[in-house]
Amino acid sequence: MNRSIRRLGVAIVVLYLALFVKLNWIQVVDKASLDDNPLNTAQVRRDFNRPRGSISTADGAVLAQSVPNPDPASEFDRVRQYPEGDLFAQATGFFSFRYGSTGLERQYSDELSGSTFEQQVRGFGDLLVARENVGNLTVSLRKDVQQVARDQLGEREGSVVALDPRTGELLAFWSYPSFDPNLISTTDQQAAEAAWTMYNASPSRPMRAHQYQDRYFPGSTFKVVTGSVGLQTGKVTDSEPVYPRATSYLPPQTTKAISNFGGETCGGPLPEILRISCNSAFAQMGTETIGPSDMLNGAQSWGFNSAAPIDLPDPAKSAFPTDVGSNPPKLAQASIGQNDVQATPLQMALVAAGVANGGTVMKPRVVHDIRDTQGDLVEGPYTGEKWLTPMSPEHAATMHADMINVAERGTATGLRIPGYEVGGKTGTAQLGTEPPRSHTWIIGFAGPPGQAPTVAVAVVVLNQSGGSEATGGRVAAPIAKAVMEKVLSVQAGG
Amino acid sequence: MSHRRNTELGLMLMVVIITAGAYVLASLGSEARIPANIIPFLVIVLGLLLGAHVAVRRLAPESDPILLPMAALLNGLGYVVIAGLDESLAAAQASWTAVGVVAFVGTLWLVKRPRDLTRYRYTFGFLGIALLLLPLLPGIGKTINGSRIWVGIGPINFQPGEIAKVVLAIFFAAYLADQRELIATSVWKVGPLRLPDPKYLGPVVIAWAVTLVVMVYQKDLGSSLLFFALFVVMIWVATDRTSFLVLGGGLFAAGAWFAWKSFGHVQERVDIWLDPWKDPSGSGYQIVQGLFAMAFGGVSGTGLGLGGDVRIPASENDFIFAVIAEELGLLGGALVIMAYLLMVGSGLRIASRADHAFDKLLATGLTLLLGLQAFIIIAGVIRLLPLTGVTLPFVSYGGSSLVVNYVLLALLLRLSDQTQRGPVKAGASAVVAA
Repeated sequence: MNRSIRRLGVAIVVLYLALFVKLNWIQVVDKASLDDNPLNTAQVRRDFNRPRGSISTADGAVLAQSVPNPDPASEFDRVRQYPEGDLFAQATGFFSFRYGSTGLERQYSDELSGSTFEQQVRGFGDLLVARENVGNLTVSLRKDVQQVARDQLGEREGSVVALDPRTGELLAFWSYPSFDPNLISTTDQQAAEAAWTMYNASPSRPMRAHQYQDRYFPGSTFKVVTGSVGLQTGKVTDSEPVYPRATSYLPPQTTKAISNFGGETCGGPLPEILRISCNSAFAQMGTETIGPSDMLNGAQSWGFNSAAPIDLPDPAKSAFPTDVGSNPPKLAQASIGQNDVQATPLQMALVAAGVANGGTVMKPRVVHDIRDTQGDLVEGPYTGEKWLTPMSPEHAATMHADMINVAERGTATGLRIPGYEVGGKTGTAQLGTEPPRSHTWIIGFAGPPGQAPTVAVAVVVLNQSGGSEATGGRVAAPIAKAVMEKVLSVQAGG
Repeated sequence: MSHRRNTELGLMLMVVIITAGAYVLASLGSEARIPANIIPFLVIVLGLLLGAHVAVRRLAPESDPILLPMAALLNGLGYVVIAGLDESLAAAQASWTAVGVVAFVGTLWLVKRPRDLTRYRYTFGFLGIALLLLPLLPGIGKTINGSRIWVGIGPINFQPGEIAKVVLAIFFAAYLADQRELIATSVWKVGPLRLPDPKYLGPVVIAWAVTLVVMVYQKDLGSSLLFFALFVVMIWVATDRTSFLVLGGGLFAAGAWFAWKSFGHVQERVDIWLDPWKDPSGSGYQIVQGLFAMAFGGVSGTGLGLGGDVRIPASENDFIFAVIAEELGLLGGALVIMAYLLMVGSGLRIASRADHAFDKLLATGLTLLLGLQAFIIIAGVIRLLPLTGVTLPFVSYGGSSLVVNYVLLALLLRLSDQTQRGPVKAGASAVVAA
């Protein structure tokens, strides 16, 4: 009998070995593919049932919070709420069981759920007390400013980005149309699916954060870049060269001239051509005065062809064509913000901010600080970090003055705010002529007289009728002005 | 020879530390605080485990030192995981553990000489079949989760089939110990095969056939498989004739094919096993969620009390292994597998050292019940075999299974104690004779 018992033992060992091998297969070999299976909700469910911190604005409005699920029968212990609805949707993003997360919810997922290494180490000391180890975010965005941006843009497609040029911290971050993250983040799966389908069916794509994920032709606002590159390379000053008065500019190797708006005759030195946004002069400046390689390097020194290092997921790269070397006609068009030049509203706000901040572009930033439930700092407060230095302070001061000139006597007079020093530049990127339609732009900055500007802004309103250079000033300037005015009054303590 | 008992005591203390540590960790994981009832918890765990240990010291001092600590480890681990899944089940599981330990001590105390059990062999045989038939009785029989294997008397539900396993193992062992010579030497030629004369196998075959029919009727496939294997292996071990294994394998294949052809629920089980992804949110849901949970655990696991992110139906019962493998990872899963393997090793060592056929066969049968049942359910959960619902011994939630397994453990320890004493006694009498 013992022989059989021994054999039985061997057989059982073999069976158990098979268990061990198969278990290895599931937990090691197949782990990645099982984890990535779309039916597998383990990770999301884990995040969903964990405590999660809140997101609040600098002026105390709660943008996102987790509250106990009122439905006791639900498999979820908590629900995520966005009390401001669509107002900050493109910054916070959503946090959905079904569709994952976007925006700050995605970028700061670990911090919100308290699972960064640092938070874990801190939490270790709290073992004996019942406390949720989460991170609460405070963003530099302000509800009062955001509200002005939304009211001013109204139901026109477009984006408003306002930031503090000294730190890069965002103050307003609005684009229309927006979406209600509550609808996507609901634990009612069918309702979430219905909302998802509805938003995705909309051609204006409300769930995209157009401010930094979509690019448009910057039009004449790009002349600030061209002019700045001219100044920084030393090839352009406020007095030299003086561009000939003309109705158009004919680049080499083409018969297709670049005309001024409405067949206007213009020319002169930099302050003058910037003030009236003279196409022929800037096309010539880029093509002949600066030249292709300095123009490309200069545009890239301002952040073109790279993504702005904002603390939000998936920022789009703004673009300046790299093949302008042997293509003067293309360079000429690119120099006035056409052809293959594309910029996000955020990028153009950073251009204005760079000029305002003495030639240094700060990294754009949404989150000001992260605190634990006791109010102790986990991260921050953010005090600003340099991103690019495309200009020296002296050259920046020149462009700063030239842009103030545009707001005082040029196409951007709509920006003027009594009692403050305001600079700006309009843009009108024509989309077609029959009937004339365009993306209308404005970028600008403002601050107390004689001091460094404390707010920079970019506004784009899409698909407006009309195609003259005045269009940008008329449509976009009032929005930018109102937003800057609000920021200045808040900064003044009002 | 208290050396073995001291080993056992050391292991038991380790188990207490592991269980209490796991309990604290699980509470930290889910509530982020040390459980308020940790002191009473420790006292109860210490009381139960040390109580069992002291009983063994008194009643079976020479028995194997591995079995009880391993059972306690599995029981403790199961309790912690169950408490993490559903607080309300924890109290019941704790009470059943207490009942199990009492049954364990009671069995050790009551059964002083296992061979005495052979006197009641037919009583055990009939009792086993009666227990299996009990759930079919109208009035007290209950169908839970599609299987009619429950009996409800008042507020208490139990599965008589769990008791029947041990009772029938005793019957098989007693009968085969008597008849093994006859069965082994008799020849019944069927074509080229030389089979044993069926008349010597009659009672066993009847018991086994009734068992199978009843359990197929009750849709309890796991237990059917377990009984079948028990029957075949015990005859094989009793006779040392490999032809029984071949015959058993053939019968099994035929039976499996027949069951697959005739029963919808068997076909469904096989279909799910072959491709759970065909209907991952319907029939394949449980298996698929189990796979997700185990994969999510990876090598080191999510941590105790930090699992449960994947919802697995019956996670406290049939699928508790998936939860352990999620929370403790491959390491924890391997630990559980190793624990059973150690118990099987101890059990078979007892069997091979025993010097009476009945003792050998009973030890083999009981060990097989334990080892194979664990294998069947783990294999089902990790999709090595089609899933057949049986409990994971000592780990799963459920009173009947826990209590019966403690009785099984007590019988094994009793056999072990007796075996260890045997040679000493022989030696002592030799001295006297000299």
